[in-house]
Amino acid sequence: MFGWEFPPHIAGGLGTACYGMTKGLAHNDVEVLFVMPNASGDEDQSSVKIINASDVISYDVAKNVDEFLNKVDFLRIGTNIRPYIDPTSFSELVEEERRFQREEFKIYFKQKYNFSGKYGVNLMEEVSRYAMVGGAIAMQNAGKFDVIHAHDWLTYLAGIAAKRVSGKPLVIHVHATEFDRNANGVNSEVFKLERMGMEEADKVITVSNLTRNIVINKYGIDPSKVITVHNAVDFSNRDELSVSRGVREKVITFLGRITFQKGPEYFIEAAAKVLKRRNDVRFVMAGSGDMMNKCIRRAAKLGISDRFHFTGFLKGTEVQQMFALSDVYVMPSVSEPFGISPLEAMKSNVPTIISKQSGVAEVLKYAIKVDFWDIDALADAMYALLSYPALHEVAASAGLDEVNSLKWDNAASKVKAVYQDVIGEK
Amino acid sequence: MIKSVCFYFQVHQPDRLRLFRFFDIGNDDHYFDEFANRTILRRVADRCYLPANSLLLDLIKANNGAFKVAFSISGVAVEQFEKYAPEVLDSFRELAATGCVEFLAETYSHSLASLSSPSEFKKQVKLHAEMIKKHFGQRPKAFRNTELIYSDMIGKDIADMGYKVMLTEGAKHILGWKSPDFLYTNAINPRLKVILRNCNLSDDIAFRFSNQNWSEWPLTAEKYAGWLRDALNEGDFINLFMDYETFGEHQRYSTGIMEFLRALPSEVLKRGIEFHTPSEIGELYQPVAPLHVQYPISWADEERDTSAWLGNELQNEAFSKVYAIESKVNKTGDDMILRTYRRLQESDHFYYMCTKFFSDGTVHSYFNPYDTPYEAFINYMNVLSDFEIRVDNKLNELKNMKNKK
Repeated sequence: MFGWEFPPHIAGGLGTACYGMTKGLAHNDVEVLFVMPNASGDEDQSSVKIINASDVISYDVAKNVDEFLNKVDFLRIGTNIRPYIDPTSFSELVEEERRFQREEFKIYFKQKYNFSGKYGVNLMEEVSRYAMVGGAIAMQNAGKFDVIHAHDWLTYLAGIAAKRVSGKPLVIHVHATEFDRNANGVNSEVFKLERMGMEEADKVITVSNLTRNIVINKYGIDPSKVITVHNAVDFSNRDELSVSRGVREKVITFLGRITFQKGPEYFIEAAAKVLKRRNDVRFVMAGSGDMMNKCIRRAAKLGISDRFHFTGFLKGTEVQQMFALSDVYVMPSVSEPFGISPLEAMKSNVPTIISKQSGVAEVLKYAIKVDFWDIDALADAMYALLSYPALHEVAASAGLDEVNSLKWDNAASKVKAVYQDVIGEK
Repeated sequence: MIKSVCFYFQVHQPDRLRLFRFFDIGNDDHYFDEFANRTILRRVADRCYLPANSLLLDLIKANNGAFKVAFSISGVAVEQFEKYAPEVLDSFRELAATGCVEFLAETYSHSLASLSSPSEFKKQVKLHAEMIKKHFGQRPKAFRNTELIYSDMIGKDIADMGYKVMLTEGAKHILGWKSPDFLYTNAINPRLKVILRNCNLSDDIAFRFSNQNWSEWPLTAEKYAGWLRDALNEGDFINLFMDYETFGEHQRYSTGIMEFLRALPSEVLKRGIEFHTPSEIGELYQPVAPLHVQYPISWADEERDTSAWLGNELQNEAFSKVYAIESKVNKTGDDMILRTYRRLQESDHFYYMCTKFFSDGTVHSYFNPYDTPYEAFINYMNVLSDFEIRVDNKLNELKNMKNKK
């Protein structure tokens, strides 16, 4: 299994999902070798063996560079297109590139490459390096695995490389697509990588039907190959927190990256509407992101900054602390493949309002669902949960039962069925 | 006809806020970053206040009363001196005792109250005057508003409080062809004299002194006194207003700023120019015209307006929210709460939220403890929210006590 991150060092929900899934798979008697770019050593390895890609040195590969490169020849081709070059010099350039790549490659594989495992500027470079290491790992561990499973586009190339080298079937897992991440101006390089992964895969798992539709319609993937397995949530390592509540007012919370995808501006507009009706409520926007400054300005402009608070990025237990302080949780995502945070809120007995445009809406019955753009409906729902205790109580207790029934073991057994399917096919 | 130079130095240090998170709201009433405030005050005291005060004392003694200066020290700065560097306060008292130093009135907490709340403004001016009387034994007669902010209305308010002279910026967009080197009056109440900062000659010392790309660098006292003499062929007097921290802090000791200051008085006096304080200027000269200032001006930035503090929606929001609770705060009658309220009004808090990075960003970032104006805003609003809770609690407490009686 190729991932990009694993708890405790995570930047997003991907690591958490991988962790829950590997545990669920272990309970379903599936053994997992988990490869990640930069392991720190403090990951929980009770149900998974972690391979740190930064530690991989492959002398075998170094000896058979040509053979290896033939199998993974899709790597790095076309990344150096330059304008205004005539055909002859272009082909020379390509040849030059090839030679250079080969030399460079030999050098890399005599030494370890230290991945940052972050989402930084060298992301594309790391992605293709990771793919090479992926191929090398597949070669080293030949015979020790039956299926290759790659999570999100960062690891697709590694998955493909491993498939080419080992001949084993590839399952790719779509947690998010480029269409969820960017409002307009989809990054064509990322899109191409995603489509290539989906096309090369034997099966594609999506985290919701919403995502499945995107994969089928926008990437043109054969529907029979795409299976939805909804995420679950694992609370076994969670300690109950006692928090001291400083504010008397009810607290309505938005928690997540403050980016276009998460719909923060709809939250602000709805908050302003609620505040017009009653003043004994505070809104909190927890998290950080590229729209944060815009949101701060908007709240100031609306004149609600004494009731609308920003916390910045929350670390570790602060997230749980934030939920514990909340009376209503809102996830107004414009596009959310799944969305694990409402489940965390419900686990803390907090009623949630989620957008219909989120994958998690497919599995939750006891969350209030609104269209992300419908500010009036959102404000209505907020106001109702604040003002009618009966509604608040039902939503909280039914929500808790509901979230407790979402188990990774169940999700993992569906993943296992996919594995069995692809092995049987081969 | 007497020709004069009038020196006035501004002394102020803000109460910087500590990082105050949402989780602290309602749980913690500790708002100020004592460590940063102490460290910075001690540093500036060692580099500027102490050496510059002792230099001024020498100069006053050496010139037998012919060298005079004026200070405006904010109330919150005096509180910091009392707490962290009492010897600085002593050295100012020594200067006061020479009789050659005038202390000006201002708002107690270096606030922008004049732009929002006449009642709070009046209260703070009064409080500051009492503080000056207590520490330096003189009741201020001349007034300078925070950052030299001035308008016809503010001038009128000040005249009503009994002040004879007010200082402000010689802003070009107000003066047009007129010169800042003459005496003017308030447009509404002509009994208030208005004296204007000569920005070119002031900034030659405050900003350009150490700039080695400046064609006039290095600036000597002799050369500078020559400029003053030339300018005074036309004008009556020249007002040199600047931050006191210019001497030793903004312009480091190594730039030669202290030697410049040491040499200046004798060079000026040699050329037949006298030193006078703002109140003396107001009595010595005849006003030439009323000055019309419809919209507030200040000495800050290229615009010389209030946009450094109230120029974007963040600043306007924070500013309107802090004054929205004024009457509530006053009702508590609680010393601690009133004191904190004043400190939350310091103009510096709003300055940190300024987004004019491109025009005057260098000056702004020098004074700013935050990385971005947004952080400054969030932090301030969190503190203000907590403060409002505290005020409400106090009011409830008072109400309950009343009911019991």
